[in-house]
Amino acid sequence: MGRKEDKMGTKKLWVAVFAFLLVLFLSVSVYAQTKVIKIGAVYPLTGNIASTGLDCKRGAELAVDIINGKYDLNLPLAKVEGLPNLGGAKIELVFADTKGEPKNGMSETERLISEEKVVAIIGAYQSSVTKTASQATERLKVPYVCSDSSSPTLTERGFQYFFRVSPHDGIFARDQFQFLKDLEKKTGQKVSTIALLYENTEFGSNVGKEATRYAKEFGYKIVADVSYAANATDVTSEVGALIKAKPDVLMHASYITDAILFTKTFKEMNFAPKGIMTFAGYIEPAYLPAVKSDGNHIIIRSTFALDLAKGKPLVGQVNELFKKKYGLDMSENAARSFAAPFVLADAINRAKSTKSDDIVKALLTTDIPGDQMIYPWKGIKFDPKTHQNIYAQGTLVQVQDEKYVTVWPFEAAAKAVIWPFPGWKGRK
Amino acid sequence: MSEQLLQQLVNGLLIGFMYALIAIGLTLIWGVMNIVNFAHGDFLMLGMFTSFWLYTLYGLDPILSIPFCTALLFVIGVLIYRFVVSKVMSGPMLAQLVVTFGVSIFISNLAVYLWTPDFRLISKPLLSGTWVIGEVQLSIPKTVASIGSVIVSLFVFLFLKKAKTGKAILATEMDREAALLMGVNTERINSFSFGMGAALVGIAGAFLSTYYYIYPQVGGTFGLIAFCVVALGGFGSIEGAFIAGILVGLAQTLGGFFFDPAYKYAIVFMIYLITVWIRPQGLLGW
Repeated sequence: MGRKEDKMGTKKLWVAVFAFLLVLFLSVSVYAQTKVIKIGAVYPLTGNIASTGLDCKRGAELAVDIINGKYDLNLPLAKVEGLPNLGGAKIELVFADTKGEPKNGMSETERLISEEKVVAIIGAYQSSVTKTASQATERLKVPYVCSDSSSPTLTERGFQYFFRVSPHDGIFARDQFQFLKDLEKKTGQKVSTIALLYENTEFGSNVGKEATRYAKEFGYKIVADVSYAANATDVTSEVGALIKAKPDVLMHASYITDAILFTKTFKEMNFAPKGIMTFAGYIEPAYLPAVKSDGNHIIIRSTFALDLAKGKPLVGQVNELFKKKYGLDMSENAARSFAAPFVLADAINRAKSTKSDDIVKALLTTDIPGDQMIYPWKGIKFDPKTHQNIYAQGTLVQVQDEKYVTVWPFEAAAKAVIWPFPGWKGRK
Repeated sequence: MSEQLLQQLVNGLLIGFMYALIAIGLTLIWGVMNIVNFAHGDFLMLGMFTSFWLYTLYGLDPILSIPFCTALLFVIGVLIYRFVVSKVMSGPMLAQLVVTFGVSIFISNLAVYLWTPDFRLISKPLLSGTWVIGEVQLSIPKTVASIGSVIVSLFVFLFLKKAKTGKAILATEMDREAALLMGVNTERINSFSFGMGAALVGIAGAFLSTYYYIYPQVGGTFGLIAFCVVALGGFGSIEGAFIAGILVGLAQTLGGFFFDPAYKYAIVFMIYLITVWIRPQGLLGW
């Protein structure tokens, strides 16, 4: 009698212990799951544009370091470790290599979502790649926060899950014409003819379209419209066409390889209009080391310059961290890619969830004040229809003594702009 | 208009001579071994990097580094033939095609690993600047490269016609079995030709490095045009590759000038298609 009862009692005890352990194990694993939030990052890490992709990677990784760690900086979530509303969960960036091609942008994004189970996507620098990658996220209903692609069409597709933090080329193009008008008002120097030169993918072609639109609006005449393939072996025909057109100002949308080649060819063929105003390629960290003093006096659209630190110490503080981690100054690309992780982390934290629709709802109410970011913007707030940051705007920098100097808007300029372009003679 | 026309004509010739020099090595390998050397562009890249590192580390001007580029690329070519390509010579055709493709991927990614994907430029070569003759601006590095290309092509042409090894190469190109019967060591000729093809494009790399930016993937753009030039000129024909290179250079520049620069490569490939339609073996091919 006693033995059977003892056996029953022991059995019950074991069941109870087993149930307790099971509950403990499950709660620990659930707890462990919320510890890491994976975000996919698609960038051209190999291929022709790999140096740019690696630069973007640096910016994104620094942002995640700051979010996950504890830093005394006025950046969102910097002063706490991880996301406080999700138990201190940390962000993990999962990188995928697009090799600079749109088809890989799409396939790698799909892989990150289905296999790596990322909750959101950032990237991809090249507008043509962002275009296809975001088609995948829209189809799979995953949020995509882009802070480094500039084609205006990206936010004109009526997508629900795509958000863009940085300015687009419509804004940048308008800036360049506004600069010409401001210059005329300030110095009396007038410009009437513009030549457009652009690489022929999504990015360049749209700059061409936007520039044509604003030229008409501001009253300038387009005398040349030349497109080309970014990896040309030789651009003497293109420069020949520009010389034939005799423009006052050249506006050039390029990536890094063509920026280098065109600079050399402009010098070689002595093409020296009153101003060379550019988008993207000329502000890459690889550009000035390659062309050295030949880059002087070229003007580039920008969202970031180190001299902004004078008015905004946060810029200097972030650059110090960047320099400590990577041994070089923060570049414009790294600075742009730096934004997206913060925007996502802020949204996920406010949503208290990693579910797509919750994140999207939180993104729509994003309102990060300008002094919590390293850009010359009033803040980050998305237009409810297009999901474009309504406060995004650009500046113009000019290369002076082989350094990038903010020259416009004139009120925010660190130095006066050198105009007109002094020509190619006498450069070492 | 006419000053620009002359300028563009000159530019077309300058780039054409460079294409010719790059293509000569490729057509040699193709003609002798029937191997499509997909790694040809990457040999060009290695030549450019050799020149760059000799300049950066030892201050050696690119023109003076030509002997080193030639020797180094020759050795690399022979080694790749001996240890990789020769193994598939008796294998299926597909294996032969794929093996040089694999070599290409290996070399370009090794370069990314060793030297990073960043772009390098040789900032102060000995021969730099522009000659201004009338209204025409002649880029000095490109002009020197063109003269170099003519000299090298002439040398190769004479070597093949007059030197014993050269004649053996031509014989192997024409009829491998007959050459074997005549006592030519075709295996040795294979590895010599592969090395020579690599060395020639290595010289092209040294010249190109004086004015083009250097990075691990640079082989892709020039390599593709080299294939077009070789096919246009005729597989295996040195003279064909030389003439076709100049034609492609002129087509690219003048086509871009008269029509739209955006279509310049379309014009090049259209000329190629028309030629191949009329004469499938290329201009001077057999």
